[in-house]
Amino acid sequence: MSNTTKTYWKGLPQLTNDPNYVKHADKEFVDLGVDQDPGHSRRDFLKMMGFSVAAVSLAACEAPVRKAIPYINKPVDVDPGIPNYYASSYVNGGDYCSIVVKVRDGRPIKVDGNSLSKVTLGGTSAQVEASVLSLYDNYRLRGPKVGTANADWDKVDSEVIAKLGEIAAKGGQIRLVSQTILSPSTQQAIAAFKAKYPTTQHIQYDPVSYYGIWKANEESFGTGMIPSYDFSKANVIVSIGADFLNTWLAPIEFSKQYATTREVSEDKREMSRHYQFESNLSLTGANADYRTAIRPSQEGLVVAALYNLLAGKAGVAGISSTLSGVANLEKAAGELWENRGKSVVVSGSNDKAVQVVVNAINNLLGNYGSTILPGLPVNYRQGNDEAMAAFIAEAEGGKVDGVIFYNCNPVYDHPMGEKLEKAIKAMALSVSTSYTEDETASACAYKAPDHHYLESWNDFEPKKGHYSLSQPAITPIFKSRQAQESFMTWAGVANADYYSFVQNNWKSKFFANDSQGWDFQTWWDQRLYDGVYESGASAGGSVSFRNEALSSADSSIGATYKANASGIELVIAESATVGNGSMANNPLLQELPDPITKAVWDHYVTLSLKDANALGIKNDAEGRTQLVSVSANGKTVKVAALVQPGQAQGTVGITLGYGRTKVGTVAENLGVNAYTLLSMLNGSVNYSATSGVKVEKVNEDFQIAQTQIHQTYMGRTNVIQESTLAEFKKDPAAGRENPMITKWDEKVEAASLSLWKGHEYKSHHWGMAIDLNTCTGCGACVVACNVENNVALVGKQEVINRREMHWLRIDRYYSSDAQPGDYEGLEQASENPEVTFQPMLCQHCNNAPCETVCPVAATTHSSEGLNQMTYNRCIGTRYCANNCPYKVRRFNWFKYHDNQQFYQSNPAMNTDLGRMVLNPEVTVRSRGVMEKCSFCVQRIQTGKLTAKKEKRELNDGEVITACQASCSTGAIVFGDMNNPESRISKLLKIDHYKTVKNAKGEEERVFNYGIDKKIGNPRAYRVLEEIGVKPNIFYLTKIRNKDGKKENA
Amino acid sequence: MMHYRVARFHSFLTLLFFLTVSFTLFAQTVPTDDESIKSGEQLFKTNCYTCHRVKQKWTGPALAGYETRVPSIAWTIEWVKNSAKLIASGDEYANKIFKEYNNSQMTAFTNLKDDQILDILAYVEAEAKKVDAPAPGQDTAAQAGGGAAVPSAYLNLIIIGMFVILLLLLVILVLIVNALKKFLNQRDLSEEDKDVVESPYTAASIIRSPGFIFVVVFVVSAVVFKTVIDGLYSIGVQQGYAPKQPIAFSHKIHAGVNEVDCKYCHTGVLKGKQANIPSANICMNCHTYIQQGAISGTAEISKIYAAVGYDPATGRYSGKQKPIEWIRIHNLPDLAYFNHAQHVNVGNIECQTCHGPIQEMDVVKQYSLLTMGWCIDCHRKTNVNTKDNAYYDKLEQLHKAAKGQKAAMKVEDIGGLECAKCHY
Repeated sequence: MSNTTKTYWKGLPQLTNDPNYVKHADKEFVDLGVDQDPGHSRRDFLKMMGFSVAAVSLAACEAPVRKAIPYINKPVDVDPGIPNYYASSYVNGGDYCSIVVKVRDGRPIKVDGNSLSKVTLGGTSAQVEASVLSLYDNYRLRGPKVGTANADWDKVDSEVIAKLGEIAAKGGQIRLVSQTILSPSTQQAIAAFKAKYPTTQHIQYDPVSYYGIWKANEESFGTGMIPSYDFSKANVIVSIGADFLNTWLAPIEFSKQYATTREVSEDKREMSRHYQFESNLSLTGANADYRTAIRPSQEGLVVAALYNLLAGKAGVAGISSTLSGVANLEKAAGELWENRGKSVVVSGSNDKAVQVVVNAINNLLGNYGSTILPGLPVNYRQGNDEAMAAFIAEAEGGKVDGVIFYNCNPVYDHPMGEKLEKAIKAMALSVSTSYTEDETASACAYKAPDHHYLESWNDFEPKKGHYSLSQPAITPIFKSRQAQESFMTWAGVANADYYSFVQNNWKSKFFANDSQGWDFQTWWDQRLYDGVYESGASAGGSVSFRNEALSSADSSIGATYKANASGIELVIAESATVGNGSMANNPLLQELPDPITKAVWDHYVTLSLKDANALGIKNDAEGRTQLVSVSANGKTVKVAALVQPGQAQGTVGITLGYGRTKVGTVAENLGVNAYTLLSMLNGSVNYSATSGVKVEKVNEDFQIAQTQIHQTYMGRTNVIQESTLAEFKKDPAAGRENPMITKWDEKVEAASLSLWKGHEYKSHHWGMAIDLNTCTGCGACVVACNVENNVALVGKQEVINRREMHWLRIDRYYSSDAQPGDYEGLEQASENPEVTFQPMLCQHCNNAPCETVCPVAATTHSSEGLNQMTYNRCIGTRYCANNCPYKVRRFNWFKYHDNQQFYQSNPAMNTDLGRMVLNPEVTVRSRGVMEKCSFCVQRIQTGKLTAKKEKRELNDGEVITACQASCSTGAIVFGDMNNPESRISKLLKIDHYKTVKNAKGEEERVFNYGIDKKIGNPRAYRVLEEIGVKPNIFYLTKIRNKDGKKENA
Repeated sequence: MMHYRVARFHSFLTLLFFLTVSFTLFAQTVPTDDESIKSGEQLFKTNCYTCHRVKQKWTGPALAGYETRVPSIAWTIEWVKNSAKLIASGDEYANKIFKEYNNSQMTAFTNLKDDQILDILAYVEAEAKKVDAPAPGQDTAAQAGGGAAVPSAYLNLIIIGMFVILLLLLVILVLIVNALKKFLNQRDLSEEDKDVVESPYTAASIIRSPGFIFVVVFVVSAVVFKTVIDGLYSIGVQQGYAPKQPIAFSHKIHAGVNEVDCKYCHTGVLKGKQANIPSANICMNCHTYIQQGAISGTAEISKIYAAVGYDPATGRYSGKQKPIEWIRIHNLPDLAYFNHAQHVNVGNIECQTCHGPIQEMDVVKQYSLLTMGWCIDCHRKTNVNTKDNAYYDKLEQLHKAAKGQKAAMKVEDIGGLECAKCHY
């Protein structure tokens, strides 16, 4: 795709015009070259015919008897068919999100963000949205186990208590290992356990460690902590390898803050500028205005160089380590200095020396107290790498007698997991409280499964002074028990009921000072209703930087990092979809395309085109590639290679989260375990390997399932319309392209001509606006849509066959300023291209081309502007999909439910447990029918009914689609375009009146119920305006904060 | 979660208790104005009617003349709110009626405010004063039934009688024609006359004619075709489906004879998609006291007791519960969405419109077709219930502007035939 200024491409095969790509580019449904002649004969026909007749007559004889079983004693506030909402908290290790759980007939079916939370600000992420399916994971433990045999809790308790007693009696060592614990009450329960068994040590670690930051703050300021960051106050953001929009520390909160600085409008023609220096092309890098590819061996020097540049401006002494010639670094330093106190520098490094220099930079810029809040430390990551390493060494040496693992899986997700596994097996007592039989639980003698978070009571303190509660949204499905109750039972606490324990803690800690004249029950109910609570939260804070920390950091950086390293280097990062691997068994995440590579169900190393050519690796348009062997830190793994534009030359990237071995059918043996490639540096885990890395091609072919190469626009232009801030300041319509059509006498706007008569929407006119500037491409909306609309997951092979079912996809385009003919320029650009994300879903065209070609009227237009799809009418001709210019209609090639073939990829429709997650309001589609985005019509209907029952008008904001609800950045706005007060009307600046001539021939302003409302927002455009289908979805142009055209890195 | 719910409920009750206490301070005389009587009537119908009648002894005593029996109005209010408390306090009269009605306890109405109870009493007093006349409902029903039944029976008889007479006439005429023909054939006739007598179109020749055969074949095949098509269309249609339920519950006794409001048991009907098959605790509201049924004695009611684990002899719950597995009668396919609240609450449609004369059914059957054609048909005919509903104001205004002030706005006119109203 190209327009007058830029060349866009979806992947390298398109850029290089790969023959395989050209072959399939214009085909919606690819010929697979199989099943062309199924070999049906006349006999088969007769057999089928006979069977059908028999089946129909049998079916006619007697209808199946269905039962309706009411409650014996119906709870007052539960009504079948009416959802209840409970405020709760999603916590997975140190990842936190305040949520509202939608419960239908006693089953949680959807998780939304809690807008009352000042921490996560109502946002969610793909993992949070997907977590509801983990509740119904078939791999969950059904109850406690001793060894491999099922047991009851009494047996487990008595044996564990006896063994703990034995160990305590001989003065043996007990360890309690966990990920970061955010919960004050859990800490107290553990304290009770420690009081009973004083040789217990509690060790916290994080699968993806932030110990370097913690340690650096301790050295820089005297207190170990991780501060809050406030990106919303930053005019200039510099990130050195921190993927803060998707994986780093608290991406939900950061995305929201970041988006507020990226919003532009006619009235606000300012936005933040974002520099990214990194090796892998991360989601954050893809959103940056200026991105520079660096090698991990340079990371420390880049930070040091930035310090030196700023020190020069500030007139203070620089440090000895430095690096020159880093693209964009001087520019970044200049702007940082101009925006002192209104900028932020973050680094993803876990090396404390690097983080000390980052602290020094922010200190120099006066960012502490404005964009970095040391007075409001966060508790997300409290892991101590040194303590964990010491524990594993002790365990190996046989010095630990008993160990309890809570909420963690170090055998899988710690670099020394393998050693630990051996050590566990030799211990006198080993207990795991994991709710699945994961790698660590399998090694332990006792499995005492904890509840899933949606079944538990708990409290959390994600940030200092910000509290939140978690309440059960379902009765425990299995015979699991809350781990805190287990700890207290084993500690011999008389009343081990954790609910009353949490309640009593809150009573003494908060209620005593904040009763507001209420009785405790009312106060507590209010806290539960809100889900969040603040007490003693402070903002700002100040620090004083210790200069001696800087000098030791300087020498450490000088020893570790090299300006001109040769040889290949390895970068290990958290996966953008499955995260750290704890949710690997969730097919919603496995089938969520990686935001950048658009690969699903697969693990791979990313490498640059140049390195790939050197190694003789070739990717084609169908994702076919070769395996490579990657060796680092004495470990070798064999994994597929994926050529990735933007990957720093001389580096390969690999993600964590794959290679689980005991995880259930969904993710078992998918990819390799990259945790084994990690090493320690300066006392913390190091997420790169800069020396001794070997990458070799293995002569073995492999096919990666990628979605991006599917669905093309067939050469049509203007799908992405973008500009730079500099141009936008001059003209808010910059980057917009209004296609014109030449008539015999004049040139007119393409949209003004139509063969259709149009529609009148007298009630509502539903529409959506998507801001390409604030969309970060994270994919939370895709998962939310899947969960809300029972979208089938099809598995790897079917994605390769281009049959993924997602109703909403995020198109990722690479682009550069180079002209289409400028091959050298394009090749350069493909090394570090600009990236644009565009959520693409049914555009609900007012002149819908799909409707006119359906022979059975299965897709029709509603009186509210919706393009309706009626599954029970559809006979599967697929004409509509062929005629859809946006390629958003998905065809059910198989019966994805109750079909053993899809048991692995689609448990939500194939197991009794999984089916509980299905949304009862939405039909589960069967084979042979077309489906697509419905604008969440079930939510529209519910919202309208509520208004009708209350005999009032429908207010704006009452109906929101699942994608809008999940969007942390607020890039998606849905609403009634007929309502002048709605957010969408205001955002698009819709003129609701039109001038018509009345009977007397006078001009008159009347309300415009039609499809052609005048849109006043100069940034708003419809995709493929010139074909005149008039979608109800508008996109707002992408604005990059770049100075001029030629400054592209 | 359970703790949470129960706790919420308690706080709700406490709040109500405070409210009620604060209201007791006002003077307590039974009002006599029409408005109070009217609101009292409504309250009586929803709260009391299940167990009480004004002039008849029902589950509880007849309420007429209560004022001469009770110690005071204040006592009555206390009794209605929480009779158990009053009995426990050792009140003489309270204990007397408690014993008189076999130690069965009246439901506590803590949610009723004092003035609401006074309104109910106003209604009871006003109703008691009315002269005994046959209940208006029964009266008209009897008249209407009688009026319609007598002439229609006669009409049928008359029609059948006339048909028989016509048939006899036809036979007599044919006999006469044959007799005349025979008579004429015996005489010598001119050729002209002979042609008249001996018509070439005999019954036999008509039956053998190709035209006749074609018509007959056409009619027969059309009938067969229609029967087959109808048969195919009826696949999956369960009209008349009346399965045997685990408990022989009679809607005729509950909704018909005892006039229990449908919404009393089907609690979800105004709120949401499902009308709800009542949970057994709703049955127990009445059947704690009514332990014998009119038709089946204790046999069927004891099944409820078994389900909830209640021992009628001791009045205690054992805690052993076993849900009642009712058989679903109305089965819409999964692809169709139907919402009771939209129809009953917003549309103000009577239950009987779709469920038929449910109050006359001992065994419930599926009364309507429940096919898409049946739904669509009603959406074409039914006016939207726009009265006092601000949601429809703009739509109605636009509709009238386009189609004239008197044009009725049908469901069809506001998108009631669109696919995505029921299929998604």
